[in-house]
Order: sequence, then structure tokens, then C-alpha cells
Amino acid sequence: MSARTLYDKLWDSHVVREEADGTALLYIDRHLVHEVTSPQAYEGLRLAGRTPWRTDSIVATADHNTPTTHWDEGIRDPISRTQVETLDANIAAFGAKAYYPFRDARQGIVHVIGPESGATLPGMTVVCGDSHTSTHGAFAALAFGIGTSEVEHVLATQCLLMKKSRSMLIRVDGTLPRGVTAKDLVLAIIGRIGTAGGTGHAIEFAGEAVRALSMEGRMTVCNMAIEAGARAGMVAVDDTTIGYLKGRSFAPSGDRWERAVRHWRTLASDTGAAFDTTQVFDARAVLPQVTWGTSPEMVVPIDGRLPDPDREKNGERREGIERALAYMGLTPNLPIADVSIDKVFIGSCTNSRIEDLREAAAVVRGRHVADSVRLAMVVPGSGRVKTQAEAEGLDSTFRDAGFEWREPGCSMCLAMNDDRLEPGERCASTSNRNFEGRQGAGGRTHLVSPAMAAAAAIAGHFVDVRRLY
Amino acid sequence: MEPFRIHSGIVAPLDRANVDTDAIIPKQFLKSIRRSGFGPNLFDAWRYLDRGEPGMDPASRRPNPDFVLNQPRYRGASILVARRNFGCGSSREHAPWALADYGFRALIAPSYADIFFNNCFKNGLLPVVLGERDVERLFADVAAFPGFSLTIDLERQTVSTADGATVFAFEVDTFRRQCLLNGWDDIGLTLRHADAIRAFEAKHFADEPWLA
Ligand code: SF4
Repeated sequence: MSARTLYDKLWDSHVVREEADGTALLYIDRHLVHEVTSPQAYEGLRLAGRTPWRTDSIVATADHNTPTTHWDEGIRDPISRTQVETLDANIAAFGAKAYYPFRDARQGIVHVIGPESGATLPGMTVVCGDSHTSTHGAFAALAFGIGTSEVEHVLATQCLLMKKSRSMLIRVDGTLPRGVTAKDLVLAIIGRIGTAGGTGHAIEFAGEAVRALSMEGRMTVCNMAIEAGARAGMVAVDDTTIGYLKGRSFAPSGDRWERAVRHWRTLASDTGAAFDTTQVFDARAVLPQVTWGTSPEMVVPIDGRLPDPDREKNGERREGIERALAYMGLTPNLPIADVSIDKVFIGSCTNSRIEDLREAAAVVRGRHVADSVRLAMVVPGSGRVKTQAEAEGLDSTFRDAGFEWREPGCSMCLAMNDDRLEPGERCASTSNRNFEGRQGAGGRTHLVSPAMAAAAAIAGHFVDVRRLY
Repeated sequence: MEPFRIHSGIVAPLDRANVDTDAIIPKQFLKSIRRSGFGPNLFDAWRYLDRGEPGMDPASRRPNPDFVLNQPRYRGASILVARRNFGCGSSREHAPWALADYGFRALIAPSYADIFFNNCFKNGLLPVVLGERDVERLFADVAAFPGFSLTIDLERQTVSTADGATVFAFEVDTFRRQCLLNGWDDIGLTLRHADAIRAFEAKHFADEPWLA
């Protein structure tokens, strides 16, 4: 057989059948379910008198709507509560391999608990009614977000109807400078290829800098593949992948582990495999990044300045810059380091894992949040991350520095619960989207790494975190 | 699903690139457990001057007179022309639900984000792709002629002006087109292959038992 990409291998091993026009029926191994995009799917199933094809494929949790304080009081917002209770009822009625409901010790953001429980394994197809499902591609899985109709389709048939995407290789040569993280790398990539740069593609991230990343770092990169327009991002299996998975609850053990590892080692692109598109980056040139506008591609390095619309010749882009600057309340040519902030959010499926919290804690240790910052909060990605962080004393580090230490969930990443920005408030956020109103109507979001968010909290404005080491 | 064959309707322009699904339907409305009722909150943050929360009576809201869909000439529009990368961001199917619930049957743009594009087909909403220049031309025509309308013929894969003077051809996947023309239920179609799925599973789990 000719040389195949990782994507080819994952795709080929899941095709059940194919229509004449290339539309494939693709088998789905893991179905992650959360409360926001599943109620209408279960309702559809019920109305048609159908039942889930394979409940063992389902791992579910409540994360988007759940509060991050006062868990003893339950969910106060009645509409959010209904949605979470609807998930409880659907799982009770139809079943799942695992369910981590609100207040469970292992509850958390769906894209954090999948990998940490070993529910995401190399070679799997993983779907979820959530665009950041691309996160799981860090494990050499084919993982992508789907809509609610497709959630219902997977529940009922364990398959999806889809066409194969084009393949893109993003190779990052060299090593990232100290203090520059996976988040900075992926923001720099999006800054160059744009939010539609990956549309219609499945991206494989490779190269020395990607190999050097931890699983947490790879998850951060794959998580934001969707912000580059790609449905899926992925990284080949290596020792880092296997080391991470060993001993996880749902990972195989004993003889089966050995056999699995042998198979997983084949999950890499063959030498000479052809990609439809290739992009090469130099890790050595990446600086800490800060987004300035209302799209993740509107990003500058920390020593950079905001753009000047007068210098943009393309009319559509000029209007985009003007509109973004107006929404963000910023002026052209301003150095990004002169922008001061009101709030800091460390969390979300991009950056709420243990390593992210360690990086942020290392910056704030022995320092204090600036007086001008109204709220700085840390929201661990899951109950397990929270427990681990507390065992390491990170919670006290954050509290002593003036941060709030919260219960796990999506929180201010999309502000479906009470955690949100007020109109005009400016936030340094480790999440993945800076769209208008994303963190609250009128709120202004700047995307950064955990270390950069921590540094901004201390300084009260954006600052090169490397000056604080 | 309601089939889509030919549709004629008034065109409304949304002159922005990269319109994301958070803008199409803001997150506070995703708390609903129903599929319908999202129309009044389509583009909520742009369409109203007050802050929208679930359960508000649309009649008591303060519309933003500057927002395009609030202009009387676009009342009853059922075709939206938009710029590139429409529907990027969140996978929420509430976005096509809101567009369809508002009354849109088709969209025209140079490109769409993948998940959104997919979700449209599942809801009888046709996302037509035309070249940048054709879309530019439509923006100019919509601005120049109040009541500007178009006819979209999925069978023939054409978009034409009311006088028939201008016709644009568009591409669409054969399989998706077939499903939309017939209003087929994807799940029903797939379940006709239940035996193939079972046979696949048997082999798949024999090869990789840790996946079962
Ligand atoms: S943390 Fe944010 S991006 Fe991630 S799943 Fe939750 S809401 Fe979506």
C-alpha cells in the first residue's frame, strides 16, 4: 500500500461503506455528551422510537451550565437547571459507559475528562456536540465536533455520514523559547493562516516543537485547530502519548495494553505520505501572543502594536479591523503591552489542565494581583485537576496572590453560568474565542497563555511573562 | 425534514466576514431544550439595543434600527447573502435552527465554516456557495433595488434574478442534494445499512478489542 498520512489511516479504519460520490458512513468509537447540545437529540430519538446503538461508547458530563461557586446551593438559574436535569434523565433512561453529573468528584469540561479518564485512546474516532472536540486529536484520534442532528445520528446508528477532508501538515521546526507555550504557538499559527486557513482540512501537527510538547500542550494546540477553521487537528503517537495513557481508568491493561501499544505505534504518517497542503513554522521565532480583536486571528506578539486600518488596502479587512477596534475600545497603533485589564480568567478546555495551572502558579507565587484588576479567577478543568492542584498547594498559591479558586466547568469561557464580563470589561483569558459577547454581552476578551494571563493579573496590563521569571 | 426544491424570496444582505455562531445565536439562548423558537433571538446582540435573556417577550424589546434585518425593505427576507467564512466558531445547531425559524430557507456566501455548513443541510436550509465576485455583485444589487429577490433551484443548481436575466450556477454534493431534494431522514437511510454496521463492528473490535 502506498504511503498514508495519519489521517488516512484513521479514516480508512472507520469506513463502513461509501456512496458513489465519496460520502462515507464512518464508524464512531467514542461519543462524548454534554447538556447543551444533547437534549434535542435524545428527544428526536424518543420521538422516532429509537434507542442508542451502543451506550458503551457514551461518556457524559454536565459542564457548560454548571456554577463554579456554592455547589451546595445547586443550580440557581431554573433554565440551566432544567437543561442539566434533562441530561440526568436522558442518561438514566438510555444509559452510558460513564456519567459525571454536576457535583460528581470527576465532573468537568468534557474535553478535559475524556483524556484524563483514558476514554480517549489513539486510533479512535471521537465525536461530541461541541466544536472543541478537536482537542482529542492530540492522542492520534480522529476527533471532531458535530451538530445536534449528528449527535442524534450517532446515538441511533453509531455512525456519521461524511466526506473525507483534505489533509494539511503543519510542521513546526526548532524548539519554543523558554516562557513561550503551546498556546502562543497555536495563536501564532492562527495569526498566520487565519480563521479560515484550515477550512475543509484535517490538520496534522508535527515537527520538533510539537514532539517536544507534553500531552497537555498538544491538547491545547489541537483544541484550537477549530479556530483555524479545521474540524480536526491531530498529533502522531509517540512515547509521550503512551506514557500519558498508562494506568488511566479506561485505558487497556495487561496483555491488552501491550497489544494496544504495538498498534498505536503505527499511528503516524508514513514517510513520504502526501498532504494536500503543508505549512512550515519556526518555533524559535514565536513570542508570547495576545489577541487584540474579535477573532482569534487578530493576534500580535507581546512586543507588537495594534494594527492601523488606514494601512490596510483590502476594504473588507479594513472594515473588519475598524469594527474590531471599536468593539474592543482600542486605538490603532497602540502597543499591546499598554492595554490594561479588568478581569482575568484562567480555565476552559484550552488551558485548565494541571500543567496550565502549574505554569500560571509559578508566575503568581509570592506576588499579588494588581489593585486595578477587579476579579482574577482560576477554574480547574475537572474535579481531578482540582484535587491534584490542591494536593500540590496550587490553590493556596493562587488564593494568596488574590485569585479566586473555583469549582470545575466551562465557566467564563462562554458565560452560560453566572461567570461573565459586564459590558465594556476587558479580560485576559486563557480560553479559545474572543468573539463579540462571547464572555458576556459587550465584554472584551484577549486570548493568552496561562502564564501570560497570570502575568497580566500581576501587572494589571499585558506584559511579557519572561520578564517575571 | 422539509424538502428543498425551488425557492424564491426577498434577499437580505449581511455585510460582514467571519460571522460566528455566537453572533448568530448568543449562548444564553442555548439553554433551551427545544429545537424551535430561536427565530426572535437570531443575531440578538446586533438586532436589539437591550440585552436579550431567554423568556423575554420580543414585542417588548428595543430593536436596533441600524441593523439590516430591522430595515423595512428586508422584512420577510428568506435568503441571506453573507461574506466569507460564515458560521465559524461553535458547533451549535441552534444557529441554523435560528436562521430557519426566522424564515430563512437559503444562504449565499463565498464560503462557510465546515460544521455550520453541515448543520444547515440537516435542517432544510440550503447554504449556496458562489464566487467572491458573484457575491459582490449580489451585494450591489440588493443595495440598488429595494425588494430584490432571487430564485434558487436546487434541481438545476442555479440562482437567478427575478427577471431571469442573470443566472449563477453553483456546486453541491450529489448525496446532500439528493437528501435535501427528497427531504430524506439521514438516520432512516443509515439504518438501512444496519447489517453492514454490525459486520464492521465485529471486525473492528476483533482487531482492536480495547475499543469495545
Ligand atoms: S470550555 Fe469553552 S470551548 Fe471548551 S467546551 Fe466549554 S464552553 Fe466550549
